[in-house]
Amino acid sequence: MLSYFIRRLGQAVLVIAVMVVLVFFGVNVIGDPIWMLISPEMDQDAIARTASELGLDKPITEQFYHYLKGLVQGDLGRSFVHGEPAIRLILTRMGATMELAVAALLMAIVFGLPLGMYAGLYPNRKSSRWIMAGSILGFSLPTFWVGLMLIMLFSVMMGWLPASGRGPTVEFMGFESSLFTIAGWKHIALPAINLALLKISLIIRLARAGTREAMLMDYVKFARAKGLSHGLIVRVHVLKNIMIPIITVLGLEFGSLVAFSVVTETIFSWPGMGKLLLEAIQRLDRPVIVAYILVVVILFVIINLVVDILYSILDPRVRLGEAKG
Amino acid sequence: MNSPSTTVIPSAATTETPFKRFVRNFFEDRIAVIGLVTLLSIIVLALLAPFITPQNPYDLANVDLMDSRLAPGSETMDGYVAWLGTDGAGRDLYSAILYGLRISLVVGVLSGIIAATVGMSIGLIAAYAGGKVESVIMRIVDLQLSLPAILVALVLVAALGKGVDKIIFALIVVQWAYYARTVRGSALVERNKEYVEAAKSLGLSKTRIVFRHILPNCLAPIIVVLTVQTAHAISLEATLSFLGVGLPQTEPSLGVLISNGFQYMLSGRYWISFFPGLALLLTIVSINLVGDRIRDVLNPRLEK
Repeated sequence: MLSYFIRRLGQAVLVIAVMVVLVFFGVNVIGDPIWMLISPEMDQDAIARTASELGLDKPITEQFYHYLKGLVQGDLGRSFVHGEPAIRLILTRMGATMELAVAALLMAIVFGLPLGMYAGLYPNRKSSRWIMAGSILGFSLPTFWVGLMLIMLFSVMMGWLPASGRGPTVEFMGFESSLFTIAGWKHIALPAINLALLKISLIIRLARAGTREAMLMDYVKFARAKGLSHGLIVRVHVLKNIMIPIITVLGLEFGSLVAFSVVTETIFSWPGMGKLLLEAIQRLDRPVIVAYILVVVILFVIINLVVDILYSILDPRVRLGEAKG
Repeated sequence: MNSPSTTVIPSAATTETPFKRFVRNFFEDRIAVIGLVTLLSIIVLALLAPFITPQNPYDLANVDLMDSRLAPGSETMDGYVAWLGTDGAGRDLYSAILYGLRISLVVGVLSGIIAATVGMSIGLIAAYAGGKVESVIMRIVDLQLSLPAILVALVLVAALGKGVDKIIFALIVVQWAYYARTVRGSALVERNKEYVEAAKSLGLSKTRIVFRHILPNCLAPIIVVLTVQTAHAISLEATLSFLGVGLPQTEPSLGVLISNGFQYMLSGRYWISFFPGLALLLTIVSINLVGDRIRDVLNPRLEK
């Protein structure tokens, strides 16, 4: 177990190291950072001054050294727009994004699991077919368009939920960085549904496949022979067994929820780090972009590591297989 | 004694070519046929856009600002009826959607084909070279696939800037790894089959074996990935354009149209975002339906 853990930790550190290098050279080689930073009105003199202020006139190896040094000290430069350290900006917005992602994850389980298990238990019912058709639609619907439609339906037409009109969305229209505090579940409902939609479809498919497979297993037949009720078999025996793969996939998908929150946060004006990233991209705020990528990569690596290790504890075959290969 | 049973089966199978069997199987599913018909109609409408629309929405001489934000079904200054309404600049939405579809489809299909070509070559190299080359390539593929496509594309577009060529490049970067992984998987299986052995013993060159013998046998899963990824690419392009980092206003894809309509949404002028989104949705769903069916038909485990 310990050797598996150490090997997995080594891989994680390697991935982070590779990303640190890739991000630096990506930003510095693909796009010329000076060109990204200056405004069109600047003259040659001002351009040269900006470049030397930011150390961009030095050779690339020296820049890389400074970047690494800053990285180790947790310093990724200051945001050009906000004038604050980029890393602090990201971390202060992280809470809102995490809240949204967790809410979406819970919603995916609450809706996806029962629907998927129902479709798996009664695959030939008409209602099950509709559930599966709905899940295909969920995969196909572009997230941002669903977000718009949710706003149109529940905010503009029905006026039920506050992601609309006067609230945060109006502030977004004027491109102000909205600093409202979350006024409870009403505010989170629409963005969370929007973000959860893809994951609901995914869990429906996983739960359905898992349930169909589990119902054919000997332990279910045995439980039935013992005289246990149908409900008890489903709740205890089937549910327990399909939860392992679902929890694993959900853990891995959490990262993609964080990534997709860029879209949802922009539509619903949610003040998280995804919206910050988009603003940074639109205003070419390079330190914030770099800080965001690094924070998200580290987040991904940690999540993957935790999921892998949990999985190897739950299922010993994984760690034995890895050791052999 | 045992010969009749072994000779009868192949002769029965050879009366129908694999392609004909594929087509027949495909058309057995009604929903897939609906998907295919929808997709073909969308493509034809997009191709014929200049001939079947009342205006060229990006020819300024054709567009009248007086016509802006008309509700669906109202008559414009030029005398034709805008069945889907007009947008904030006075463009007829029906015309704008068909012109937008052209751009969305071109970006999606072109990036899909290039990514498939690049990914297939890299995957074949990995499978056939083996050893260190293979493990390095596959680590890169793993790394690429572990990062969400939208993030990678966002960051690339941020570094590269707007434009059709840049967005196609970004879409290729986020897609190639799927093809590489798929091709490598099937090439590894095919590599050990007898016909490859036979080709080797005939003394054929490595490149010939890889491209003329192994590659054609890996095409089935590639076609499935190609359909799914094309739908994904169209959706991703629309998302980036909606976020304002994709295509510029001069190349109005469906995503740009939806983005333009967003600001009118709250005042109840739903149609400016709704109809382009519906066109996008129809395109993606029909591609996915066709792709789903192709996967089922090509899956040997489901063959009767």
